[in-house]
Amino acid sequence: MSKIHEAFENKKAFIAFLTGGDPDFETSVNLIKEAAKAGADLIEIGIPFSDPIAEGPVIQEANIRALSGGMTTDRIFDLVKEVRKDVTVPLVFLTYLNPVYHYGPEKFFRSCKDTGINGIIIPDMPFEEKGEILESAKKYGVELISLIAPTSDERIKMIAREAEGFIYVVSSLGVTGVRSEIKTDLKSIVESIREVTRIPTAIGFGISTPEQAEKMAKTADGVIVGSAMVKIVAKYGKDAAPYLYDYVKSMKEAVSSQ
Amino acid sequence: MKGRYGEFGGQYIPETLMNEIHRLEEAYEFYKNDKDFNDELNTLLKEYAGRPSLLYYAEKMTKDLGGAKIYLKREDLNHTGSHKINNVLGQVLLAKKMGKTRVIAETGAGQHGVATATGAALLGMECEIFMGKEDTIRQALNVYRMELLGAKVNAVTSGTMTLKDAVNEAMRNWTSRVDDTLYVLGSVMGPHPFPMMVRDFQSVISKEARAQILEKEGKLPSAVVACVGGGSNAMGAFYNFINDSEVKLIGCEAAGRGIETGKHAATIAKGEKGIFHGMKSLFCQDEYGQIAPVYSISAGLDYPGIGPEHAYLNEIGRAQYVPVKDDEAVEAFEYIARTEGIICAIESAHAVYHAMQIAPKMNKDDIIIVCLSGRGDKDVAAIARYRGVELYE
Repeated sequence: MSKIHEAFENKKAFIAFLTGGDPDFETSVNLIKEAAKAGADLIEIGIPFSDPIAEGPVIQEANIRALSGGMTTDRIFDLVKEVRKDVTVPLVFLTYLNPVYHYGPEKFFRSCKDTGINGIIIPDMPFEEKGEILESAKKYGVELISLIAPTSDERIKMIAREAEGFIYVVSSLGVTGVRSEIKTDLKSIVESIREVTRIPTAIGFGISTPEQAEKMAKTADGVIVGSAMVKIVAKYGKDAAPYLYDYVKSMKEAVSSQ
Repeated sequence: MKGRYGEFGGQYIPETLMNEIHRLEEAYEFYKNDKDFNDELNTLLKEYAGRPSLLYYAEKMTKDLGGAKIYLKREDLNHTGSHKINNVLGQVLLAKKMGKTRVIAETGAGQHGVATATGAALLGMECEIFMGKEDTIRQALNVYRMELLGAKVNAVTSGTMTLKDAVNEAMRNWTSRVDDTLYVLGSVMGPHPFPMMVRDFQSVISKEARAQILEKEGKLPSAVVACVGGGSNAMGAFYNFINDSEVKLIGCEAAGRGIETGKHAATIAKGEKGIFHGMKSLFCQDEYGQIAPVYSISAGLDYPGIGPEHAYLNEIGRAQYVPVKDDEAVEAFEYIARTEGIICAIESAHAVYHAMQIAPKMNKDDIIIVCLSGRGDKDVAAIARYRGVELYE
């Protein structure tokens, strides 16, 4: 069984996203550890990119903070090494294709394996283009996490059949960010996925409150929260740890009640 | 391979857009061979945009430079003042056939934004334009022009607040409204089918120019010269000459303050392979693949990438690309105004400058066609400021 599946074993998973290096290296390491301590079952670490086209303003700004703070792909691997001293839950990267392509997929995924990264999410790499990295990722045992969107329709089964790790179900059209309401028929999307694979599903985009998380955990195997986490970092900076801890704890409890 | 030019091109976009981009592909494949669609488009190009554009013999310039004969392909005389209208009429008409009610577009200098706002007004579509905040200040007149045409202009405050950020924001907006909206991309860039579709709509430039030069001179030109940002006027000017191996194809990139200064937008000269804005191509980027801030006096060339077909033509050696600096473009801008009485866009002046360099070294029976992609009214205030004259629109 893959390491990522541990996050979903006999429980609903709470998946936390933080931008690596936001607001600085040390704080970021501590915040990721704090999220794990508070009960996050899997943590997505964003590798900052200059032009994150799938992100809303909150995570865009986190990318800018991290890059201005001197974050680079090499430093991200240093950060993962630090995190892995204490954190045992599965870790995945979220980034865009160009940083991976430019670093060189072979070198990139070798470093993932060496530092303890278990999967990767690349929002600007659809199913048809995954050949760019698939071979290198497989070689080093890094699972490629696929996204399925409200507009995927007949593509759902094609994507799900070849999915690894977990399937990231995008809750709404548009970019990441807090939403007051999610209207997509997620239940039928998850049902279509389950017809062809037993890989767990997690819903992300727009989820911020325990009520929303609880509702989403009824439908899927996990819930992903990014912008609401990053907002806490933006607000409290170096002092964000206790606030983040409380937030993750409340979200984990909401998800677990399912 | 579909949508590829060698290894360049592709469809690197979020899953949310994949079905929509496939629908666009299918619609374009159908309508490009549809007689009614083509009749309608050709009527618009002729009756509304003013095509065919003139191929003008620049006699004074030719005599002054003392070498090859220079012809100017006058895209500046099109309605809205640039080549951008060729592509916009095609795409907005296609959007309408697809049942869309709203179009969005990015713009740098404002030429593509104005053209899109114009096409949308004419064909009764809702229109929103994304423009970097920096550019809305540099090109305030064009912002008001778009608003007069009924478009909503969004000043983009993310990133470097220029053209690349306007593209980011337009893509983000498209993912939030795929049902009723078509993103009318302004250049031969982005995910397939845009590079092909925009090139096809712009290829009218070289289709006309080839026939016109054969009629006037009875032979093909020695060189075709055009400026390159994303590369739409150049791709249009090159396309029907690609199989004429004796015709040199030369693209002129913005070298800003010089390609060694870091303040430029010279993608072919200084860029590296990458994957961004939906395509694999060449991009100005740092050692970690972060897209680099670029600079040019010309807001229309101020883009860190280049269309995938240009990257391919460069790689196989069919086209060559040369950097032209701000001061050189300004020199050409002033030169062509004085010698030919034509105030051209500062973008096009990059191509004019290169023609001025090569013409004297060529024979009198050689011919150069320069694509004069746009007119320069929009640049007058900026050039005045460049020369230290405090002139505001």
